[in-house]
Amino acid sequence: MISVQNVHKSFGDLEVLKGVSLDVNKGEVLSVIGGSGSGKSTLLYCINAIESINKGTILVDDVNVHAKVTNKDKLRQKLGMVFQQWNSFPHMTVLENAALAPRIVKKMSKEEAIEIARKELEHVGLGDKLDVYPTKMSGGQQQRLAIARALAMKPDYMLLDEVTSALDPELVGEVLDTLRLLAEEGMTMICVTHEMGFARDVSDRVAYFHQGVIAEIGEARQVITDPQNPLTQKFLSKVR
Amino acid sequence: MDYRFHWNVVFQNMPELLSGAFVTLHVSVLAMLLGIVIAILLAIAKMNNTKFFCHVATVWVEIARNTPALFQIYMAYFGLGALGIHLSPYAAVLSALVFINAGYLAETFRGGFQSIPSTQYSASKSLGMTSFQSYWHIILPQMLRRIYHPMTNQLVWSILMSSLGILVGMSELSGTTQRLQSLSFRTLEFFIVAAVMYYILTKLVLFGSSLLSRRLFRGEI
Ligand SMILES: Nc1ncnc2c1ncn2[C@@H]1O[C@H](COP(=O)(O)OP(=O)(O)OP(=O)(O)O)[C@@H](O)[C@H]1O
Ligand SMILES: [Mg+2]
Repeated sequence: MISVQNVHKSFGDLEVLKGVSLDVNKGEVLSVIGGSGSGKSTLLYCINAIESINKGTILVDDVNVHAKVTNKDKLRQKLGMVFQQWNSFPHMTVLENAALAPRIVKKMSKEEAIEIARKELEHVGLGDKLDVYPTKMSGGQQQRLAIARALAMKPDYMLLDEVTSALDPELVGEVLDTLRLLAEEGMTMICVTHEMGFARDVSDRVAYFHQGVIAEIGEARQVITDPQNPLTQKFLSKVR
Repeated sequence: MDYRFHWNVVFQNMPELLSGAFVTLHVSVLAMLLGIVIAILLAIAKMNNTKFFCHVATVWVEIARNTPALFQIYMAYFGLGALGIHLSPYAAVLSALVFINAGYLAETFRGGFQSIPSTQYSASKSLGMTSFQSYWHIILPQMLRRIYHPMTNQLVWSILMSSLGILVGMSELSGTTQRLQSLSFRTLEFFIVAAVMYYILTKLVLFGSSLLSRRLFRGEI
């Protein structure tokens, strides 16, 4: 379980998270929606310990993420993360991209790592691209590579930060399909997204972020189709 | 125009010319290796927040890039000599070339490093890699690709500039050529052959470098 408890986060004088609390259970898919600058990405970075926090607590399977004694590199093995910009490693083939972390972080043998990487790449539909260099692929393919690369670490959770919003419209579908597949397989996910249809159909719950606080959180279909908070209503009427 | 070429004396002295060429290669490669090590330190210092190190590095880079190589060599040989520190011609040329290489390469390295998006680092950290693993497997290999050609050019430059060793009596290719021509008076022949040898030397370096790069960098970048 990921448990975020009253988290505050500032960059200098700018308070970006102003007391955020939420729980995500094993097997659950939570979508996070909200305007630009509302702190959605920052929350994911804090869960992943890429950013520190100023106040509050984040627990991942009862491990306090920001405690001094926590080995953050070890913790991140549990938390797969995919960014808006796909960040493939351009000097490695697709297969090497996905096999690197299992080999050097989990210390698997080369054969083992390659086997796992190959499986995950087939999983996201890149089975025929193993020896290609990522720069030769479309954004959608590179984003699927980033997903497979994270999955190859066998994470318990996936944190996805607007993974489709830098893609050409015609490539969005293939990436969303991949996420839908993961959700069906029971992967626990926090998806920051601008795709309201995806949030409604694939996630269990939706949280609406407004200026650093959760203005509304609830069952996905209800929040998207029948929001209670006027702020959520206003936001949704604008993005539709 | 009734100059008559006499090549014989040149070919008789080939062994000496070759050993001069070897010294040229030797001093340039060594200046390159030492220059790389110092350049890494300078580049780190320039990106460091500690003011003192940053200033030292900046001054070094500025002097190295904006004053003539001849001046550096004279400083190392006559300048230090006046202060009672007597370097051999070889050591003087070596230290001048190291000084200049370090200054140029520091900027190359810094630019190469800054051209790698920081998101590459966050991506590798998010996979559970340590900082060291992220630099070693992700940042440095990409950086090396970007600075490889500038580094090769710097080596070629070092080979050509080491010919200034002639002015402090160093026995590299130019110094040797100078000495032999003054003994035989076959000035034109000796310098033509030396020029050809410089040409071959730099071409060999470029060729070796491109072979190596094909082995090192299979990927597109
Ligand atoms: N490293 C940083 N340093 C300073 N300010 C930052 C940093 N990262 C984010 N911010 C600021 O924090 C605020 C929240 O940023 P965040 O990226 O979390 O928003 P977001 O909800 O993900 O928005 P978007 O939908 O545009 O991605 C913004 O005002 C942003 O400028
Ligand atoms: Mg964001």
